[in-house]
Amino acid sequence: MASASAPEHALSEPPKAREQLPAVRRRFVHGPLASCGRLTLSALVLFGRAWRLFWASIHALREVGLWGPLLLPQMARVGVASVPIAVFIAIFTGIVMSLQASYTLSGTLPLYFVGTMVGKSMIIELGPVLTGLVLAGRVGATISAELGTMRVTEQIDALETLAYDPVVYLVIPRTVAGIVMFPLVVLIATSVGIGSAWVTALELLNMSSAEFVKGLRLFFEPWDVWFAVIKTISFGAIVTGVGCFFGLQTDRGARGVGRATTRTVVVASMCILVLDAFWAAVLL
Amino acid sequence: MSIHLDRVHKAFGPREVLCGLSLDVAEGEIAAIVGPSGCGKSVLLKHIVGLLAPDSGAVVVAGRSVPELDRESLAELRRRIGYVFQFAALFDSMTVAANVGMGLRRLPGWDGRRIARRAEECLELVDLAGMGDRYPAQLSGGQRKRAGLARAIAASPEYLLYDEPTTGLDPVTTSVIDKLVVRMRDELGVTGLVVTHDMTSAFRVADRITFLHEGRARFSGAPDELRVAPDAVLKGFVEGDPGLYYGTEG
Repeated sequence: MASASAPEHALSEPPKAREQLPAVRRRFVHGPLASCGRLTLSALVLFGRAWRLFWASIHALREVGLWGPLLLPQMARVGVASVPIAVFIAIFTGIVMSLQASYTLSGTLPLYFVGTMVGKSMIIELGPVLTGLVLAGRVGATISAELGTMRVTEQIDALETLAYDPVVYLVIPRTVAGIVMFPLVVLIATSVGIGSAWVTALELLNMSSAEFVKGLRLFFEPWDVWFAVIKTISFGAIVTGVGCFFGLQTDRGARGVGRATTRTVVVASMCILVLDAFWAAVLL
Repeated sequence: MSIHLDRVHKAFGPREVLCGLSLDVAEGEIAAIVGPSGCGKSVLLKHIVGLLAPDSGAVVVAGRSVPELDRESLAELRRRIGYVFQFAALFDSMTVAANVGMGLRRLPGWDGRRIARRAEECLELVDLAGMGDRYPAQLSGGQRKRAGLARAIAASPEYLLYDEPTTGLDPVTTSVIDKLVVRMRDELGVTGLVVTHDMTSAFRVADRITFLHEGRARFSGAPDELRVAPDAVLKGFVEGDPGLYYGTEG
């Protein structure tokens, strides 16, 4: 009898509501569930491809004879060409840090602590992270657009037909260049940032060089520099790696190249912030 | 058989491009694959050179199953195959001469001077003598295609795969390219596979023509057999008659 009551109940609903029910269910239940499923699936596929590229890169490292000669030009493009923008950012970061430290400390601590705050934060945080984020835009986007264009114009297919492995020929030189050059660019940027903070302290805060240096040396630990270097090596690997990955995944013409470039900047920036937190938790 | 495909299936998402395609190309023969745009001709070529793997079926080149080859063996096979891309696919950051010599750089016994000499030889062969110092962006469409052909023949391959070698070219350049394709076979004994929808070109160069339709080989035979084939769809394609091709005539 129970089974008979269900159709009766259904029949008792107004006809319009009965028609709307599947549509509502489709819209509010099936739709979001299907979207979630699709998103999960595409994320897993993407992760699988990234993992495959990672392992292919590890294997490709052995072929030094092939990627070695391509390393120097890539180091120039990834590192040397990035110095001006990194220095520009560092100069203004140094000025702001110096002024904000003075503003924060005034009346509570001696002014030479400006040097302490500037030194510590520039070396372990602002130098690596700000430079890393800028390079994610500059280097990551360049790599992604370059490889993406090569992909959609079949240049990568052409490389393969000429018996070249794109991972050896394109990915490894860029990634190794990033690993080597990012720490150097960050060291230059950090030094310039501290320098600009120093000049600001002398010119605008009426501090002496002796005071600034006293503060700078107060809590300085050589480990801080190593911490920054380790961090930026990981930033170099992730920015160039993400750029290569999305570049090689590009499809659908110019629009695809644009999408790959955007994804690279977004994902690389997110990875930098996650890695920053990771290294702080692990190494400090 | 030099190139052998057996019941090859390939789908991209829900769209099946090759639906059990079988094809044989004999040693020293030029086979033309004709068919409408988007019927899977380029996909077929990419399977032969291992750029794509079939979902099912066999792809055998020179007695070796391409999908089963490891990285080194595939690279070795690819050195025996020249591939002429539809839009040339020249490396735009390199000069034309560097493009042509690119495949030779990794071969033993090829130093810079020998590569430069060979690049110049190949460029002469495709009527691009003296253009080695230019960049791809400085070439016309026809010149780019010829440079792509020069790059494909530089390493003296045993097989040449041509993806729409004459599309978008003027009749004179088309004729030059066609003569080059035939010359590669006559002088160097190269086995050729030409993918095209230019029927004049196909009749001019091919020993055998295969008509690809809906992912399968609908016709395969000598050019003279194709001319008299009774199949309306084939006739419609060859004569450029939509009524016959789509079966809407009458």
